[in-house]
Amino acid sequence: MNKVIGQAIPKLDALPIATGKPVYTEDLTPPNALTVKILRSPHAFARIVAIDTTKAKALSGVACVLTYQDVPNIRFTLAGQSYPEPSPYDRLILDPIVRYVGDAVAIIAATDETTALKAMELIEVHYEVYEPVLDFEQAMNHSSVVHPEPDLFCNYDIGMNKERNIVCTHKIEVGDVEAELKNCDVMVENTYYTQAQSHAMMETYRAVSYLDHAGRLVVISSTQIPFHVRRQLARALNLPASRIRVIKPRIGGGFGGKQTGAVEAFAAIVTLNTGKPAKIVYDRQETFSTTTSRHAMRLTVRLGADREGYIRAIDIAGLSDTGAYGEHAPTTFAVVGDKTLPLYNKTRAVRFHGHVVYTNKMPAGALRGYGATQGTFALESAVNQLAAKLNMDPTEIRLKNLIREGETCLTYRGKKLGSSALDRCIARGKELIGWNEKYPRQEINGKIKAVGMAVTMQGSGIAGIDTASVEIRLQDDGCYTLLTGSTDMGTGSDTILAQMAAEALATTVENVIVNAADTDVSPYDPGSYASSTTYVTGMATVQAAADLKQKMICLAAELLATTPGKIDFDGKRFRDEASAKEMTLAKLAELSVLGTGKLQLVGNATYGSPISPPPFVAGFAEVEVDPETGKVDLLRYVAAVDCGTVINPNLARVQAEGGIVQGIGLALFEDVRYDAKGVMQTNSFMQYKIPCRKDVGEIQVVFEESYEPTGPYGAKSLGEVVINTPAPAIAHAIYNAVGVWITRLPATPEKVFFGMRQGGISKMRTEDYDAGR
Amino acid sequence: MQIECVINDQKTVLEANAGELLADTLRARGLLSVRKGCDTACCGLCTVWIDGKPTLSCAVPVFRAQGKHITTIEGVSEEAAAFARLLAAEGAEQCGFCSPGFIMTVLAMKRELKNPTEADIVHYLTGNLCRCTGYMGQMRAVKKYLGVAS
Ligand code: FES
Ligand code: FES
Repeated sequence: MNKVIGQAIPKLDALPIATGKPVYTEDLTPPNALTVKILRSPHAFARIVAIDTTKAKALSGVACVLTYQDVPNIRFTLAGQSYPEPSPYDRLILDPIVRYVGDAVAIIAATDETTALKAMELIEVHYEVYEPVLDFEQAMNHSSVVHPEPDLFCNYDIGMNKERNIVCTHKIEVGDVEAELKNCDVMVENTYYTQAQSHAMMETYRAVSYLDHAGRLVVISSTQIPFHVRRQLARALNLPASRIRVIKPRIGGGFGGKQTGAVEAFAAIVTLNTGKPAKIVYDRQETFSTTTSRHAMRLTVRLGADREGYIRAIDIAGLSDTGAYGEHAPTTFAVVGDKTLPLYNKTRAVRFHGHVVYTNKMPAGALRGYGATQGTFALESAVNQLAAKLNMDPTEIRLKNLIREGETCLTYRGKKLGSSALDRCIARGKELIGWNEKYPRQEINGKIKAVGMAVTMQGSGIAGIDTASVEIRLQDDGCYTLLTGSTDMGTGSDTILAQMAAEALATTVENVIVNAADTDVSPYDPGSYASSTTYVTGMATVQAAADLKQKMICLAAELLATTPGKIDFDGKRFRDEASAKEMTLAKLAELSVLGTGKLQLVGNATYGSPISPPPFVAGFAEVEVDPETGKVDLLRYVAAVDCGTVINPNLARVQAEGGIVQGIGLALFEDVRYDAKGVMQTNSFMQYKIPCRKDVGEIQVVFEESYEPTGPYGAKSLGEVVINTPAPAIAHAIYNAVGVWITRLPATPEKVFFGMRQGGISKMRTEDYDAGR
Repeated sequence: MQIECVINDQKTVLEANAGELLADTLRARGLLSVRKGCDTACCGLCTVWIDGKPTLSCAVPVFRAQGKHITTIEGVSEEAAAFARLLAAEGAEQCGFCSPGFIMTVLAMKRELKNPTEADIVHYLTGNLCRCTGYMGQMRAVKKYLGVAS
């Protein structure tokens, strides 16, 4: 049998995208499209008292200027989530209240950019300025209410208390955490701060819109969520969804950012108002300061264990900053607990609880890792601290406590873990980093080298909610067309799905045409987020292929005057061995669409998973710390990854390497910062540093495959889980080097240096090392 | 204003506004491989060659192109495809948005550096940011392209 699964096939779109062919959103702009620009609030919190657009509108070349008076008064969320979204409907396209510096005040469309910018300067706005809520730890008791409007709406009871700026309240507890903590021999408690991180995808946010031959609104968008965008636009613009078509071309990176509809409504409303094509392309500054970032969080972890090192109780209390709007607020927060508490299953009680609050800063949203990254940093740091306190090897404490394949845990409530190779990942990672020789530290010529580690899990799709449909059509020439609404954003998921279909149909990927992400054409798919495409859309693909294969075999049997059970299909021909009758696939394809009484063969499947099987990573960092300056250099990073079956080793490896580097950025450099007035200070690559080639040392990714019984060919997800370990592993290595626990990311030289001044090395030597020897 | 220059081996007269940036002018002429990823000359996406030297076209006022030879990836398509195939064989183009600028820098490096070390390569390419790949796969492809042992 031919084997396509596990082959390092180049991506279907590799050459065109690598060599600059015009296949991205802006490249597809129709001629004479209007340029759309946004006038933005200079205040963190204010009400528009008066706005005068007369002069701007009078400027030659200006097609329209829209203010809050010109948009539907219907609140919605930009979060790309299946309906009914858990995120609150707290937005208008333009709102008389502006809630952060950069919030939209007016939409300007003109024949060219220069004119649009000139018009922008001619708009006169008077604001009543309010005291902004900038510190998320003060939000609940602040005198300002970020969302005073009465028409804010939630689809669910998410525990909102908007008078106190609380977006949502969350609590999950199994067992009695307080009682179990009292019974523990050892406890560690620490508070961790994870910062807002920017997606910094290379293609900034952009969309193009026009009216088609039937007068319908077409939006081409660099989005991860075409079907959700269609629904958002329908609500926000007060149009039937049937009047809207959303097309996703090639995307220049998303990382969750494009799971929030940042720009589509601005272009679309211009097209609706003018009848003309419109394009909006955010510059880097707007991308940094007027879209979304990762939710900054404060997480207090209390971890209790017995003397042998069995973790018996975990308590995580959280506070999350969603900024001005609540996109993804309840769900990212829940994920903090969902993707950490199951890891350690010798526990007798676990709890995760807390609030998400509104502030007058840029909204937070979805970013790769989606809460699991924050939770992993906190919990893994605490586990490393526990190991230090117990004087145990941190890898041993993991192996002692980790959930294994076939086991359950408190939050799984009896459900069993279907696959895990995390124990093998730890063993392999240890070996590759040289743990036994290097742990914890070595001092060479005044520089200190040390290693650190962390483990993590994520999910594969959203259990019980996100559902993908796939259609595979046998074409008249005997090749296949796979139709999907999932959104390859550079990850190669179109290729992965083609590999799965090719495997099931015993053919090669060349015979599978993938048509993706056009709401007029594609079967429904929520889009590519929550690590869903390989697992959820992948299962739909495998099932659609099986459906089609069955239909082809039945038709072949009919045409060969035999029974389906006797037909053998090798990918090229249908053969009844007993009677030696056969027919080629090409012939069958031809006959399926030729003449009367025929039905073109199409395989269909809709798949939603009741579970979200976790992929795992064991990550190991080796750092060098300069004790004079606190500067940390990452020398090596080893990640041993269990994503179930690896469908395409090269694509998997590069996706993992890329995620690790984003995690390294989170660990060492990246930090969205504001000044005292709420103005973002990090709105360019000068102030917001993402890792460059010189910053990342050597990264080694290895796969330890497990077999996920519910996944397509045993596969689980990969995209998000890989971002989670660098921050806690690097923080651990820093501790092992100089005795400083970094509890506030990123680990800048100043923090390490001041930590050392406060007795890092000496404290570590006396308390943790000498005591243990 | 009018600027006479050679773009991808074709003599061209550019019509442009004073103060316009070369990246925008090239894009407006339909050279859609030329992209901008930042407003601060930090990302390398807009890299083209001016007289054979890799240059950030977002930082060059168009009048500076007067009398110069400008090369975009469209002008070296075969060479670019040869390297792109190595990149694809590693799976090291993800979204591809950074690729044209990156490839223009790699092709220039091949002309300029003789027997570079890994550190030389990293140094030469460091101005080309990539948010997707983590750089390792790109390095594997570059080493194969240059015939440098890993
Ligand atoms: S656009 Fe970023 S360097 Fe030119
Ligand atoms: S491949 Fe996406 S930025 Fe480099």
